[in-house]
Amino acid sequence: MADGSTLLSVQDLKVHFPIKGGIIAGSLGHVRAVDGVSFELKPGETLGIVGESGCGKSTLGRAVLRLIEATEGRVVWAGQDLFGLDDKTMRGQRRQMQIIFQDPLASLDPRMSVETIIGKPLRTFHPELARAEVRKRVLDTMNQVGLSPAMANRYPHEFSGGQCQRIGIARAIILKPKLLVCDEPVSALDVSIQAQIINLLMELQRSLGVSLLFISHNLAVVRHISHRVMVLYLGKVMEIAERDDFYARPLHPYSQGLIAAVPIADPRIERNRERVLLQGDIPSPINPPSGCRFRTRCPKATEICAAEEPAMRDYGQAHFAACHHIGE
Amino acid sequence: MLSTRTNAEPVAPGGDARTVLAVQDLSIQFKLPHGWVTAVDRVSFDLKQGEVVGIVGESGSGKSQILLSLMGLLASNGRCSGDARFEGQPLLNRPPKELDAIRGSAMSMIFQDPMTSLNPYMRVSDQLTEVLIAHQGKSASEALETAIEMLDRVRIPEARRRVRFYPHEFSGGMRQRVMIAMALLCKPDLLFADEPTTALDVTVQAQILELIAELARDLKTAVAIVTHDLGVIARLCDRVIVLYGGRIMEQGTIDEIFYDPKHPYTKGLLASTPRLDEQVHGALKTIPGQPRAAMGDIPGCPFEPRCPIRVEHCKAEMPVLRAGAGGRAVACHMSES
Repeated sequence: MADGSTLLSVQDLKVHFPIKGGIIAGSLGHVRAVDGVSFELKPGETLGIVGESGCGKSTLGRAVLRLIEATEGRVVWAGQDLFGLDDKTMRGQRRQMQIIFQDPLASLDPRMSVETIIGKPLRTFHPELARAEVRKRVLDTMNQVGLSPAMANRYPHEFSGGQCQRIGIARAIILKPKLLVCDEPVSALDVSIQAQIINLLMELQRSLGVSLLFISHNLAVVRHISHRVMVLYLGKVMEIAERDDFYARPLHPYSQGLIAAVPIADPRIERNRERVLLQGDIPSPINPPSGCRFRTRCPKATEICAAEEPAMRDYGQAHFAACHHIGE
Repeated sequence: MLSTRTNAEPVAPGGDARTVLAVQDLSIQFKLPHGWVTAVDRVSFDLKQGEVVGIVGESGSGKSQILLSLMGLLASNGRCSGDARFEGQPLLNRPPKELDAIRGSAMSMIFQDPMTSLNPYMRVSDQLTEVLIAHQGKSASEALETAIEMLDRVRIPEARRRVRFYPHEFSGGMRQRVMIAMALLCKPDLLFADEPTTALDVTVQAQILELIAELARDLKTAVAIVTHDLGVIARLCDRVIVLYGGRIMEQGTIDEIFYDPKHPYTKGLLASTPRLDEQVHGALKTIPGQPRAAMGDIPGCPFEPRCPIRVEHCKAEMPVLRAGAGGRAVACHMSES
């Protein structure tokens, strides 16, 4: 997978959204969607980003691509600071980084044929290419993602959800990007189709050497596809580790609760599993709890958790977690 | 059955438990511009007191329509035939007025999206007490006390204060609990749940599943739950019905279906689900092709185009759902030998 160098380095990234309202148009505070996230991604690596709704995982993916402006922090892409780039240079970099979305049909223009949709990035970045060459590359890419080139003249509504996701993937890879942000790419698909798309993404990663930021709430899917896993809660990283190490010994109480909550498709295991139910709901990111953000739902929380935010510590084998009570 | 663990056998509700719901040859059709199409084709099943049955299938397999037709809630272009009896009373094609005597009291339903099934203009207290006043003739103050008790039971903190809230003042998980509380107010004998946790986060889903399991256990409510998540089935259900293209492919106890699947679709579904508890190396197993996009009336097996073991015969004739011992049944030409 990796050759040791770093493709992407995200440093203390923050995205705060102002809440507008009141009688005088002003700000009533901020939603701290992403609040100080750091991680690195190597070429050809897949980082799974997991967390529940409102943890900031989608915002993080978009902020890395500058689709949402970050409030603070840095994103270093192949040695250059992305946020320092002017619009024109940024546009040039965009061909290297692409995104696929959760709702495959909504992310495709209904009035464009599949050929037009998939060829759009190519025509934008390579206007010099002859029409026949664009068509050839589109048909090649369709083959690559498992779509029959015979369907090139059809429109998105004629395709099923899984096929629409393949169209989205074809559009994302036609420029041979180095980074693919996948925002819940299989969540809207049926189980039997999910597996097809996961296999396709893994196959493309091998053949193209692309890095994936794989955002998902599905811990089983993330286990299958990722090299490393990062757990977010209310805009903060709780834990980040190599995949096998993470699932073998989740250290953070939130990661443990999250894994325990996922039902496993095996009745005997389910009957014998210990039920560690996390209580309550996720607090509002407008007014996150003091200290450790997870403390209001944490079975191990003590006074120190309210007073002091736990630092990210290394527990060996590049396994990092932020909790005052690990190893007690 | 071999199991190395203790207490590993399912605690199935007693074999002599009372049958609450009996569905026989239920078919559902919808009128589309080009004519009537069949969404559900001759589905039969029973539900006993305290039993939790899962109905699993892909989108468009007709799983939600089964529940809607039993509740008398089919869309206006839909029609159903066959027979369905709740405690002996017929359910299908009854006038809404007659159904209202049991809907919301003896039989109720939880939907996937609580925001669209709660009235945003009414306080939760009014929505909850309405049912009790209408069905049980309680006074407003008695009804309010019962409503608060039920909110407590579904673990809404500070129920006495929050009963005055409007739906938007609750989080998604809380709203789902409010809807469950509403469905349970009259202690129904039969509860339908249509993807009740699909819109929720996993930690909240775990809480809601626990709550439904408690009901079946403590109040002996019979539950039919529609889901696409095999994990939810394994955690919550006693029996499973596997649907594809509007027809039952296979049914049985969860142990039969998970450990000894007979139908190629069930096998494919189980094999293509990534597991949280084990590392699958290499590619996931897949079911090739796409789910049937348009329901049509076809003579053969709906799974035939995607089936790895199909033979010529499968296209021409739908295999009969053959029942074995204890409710186990499979509809496949190739499993009949």
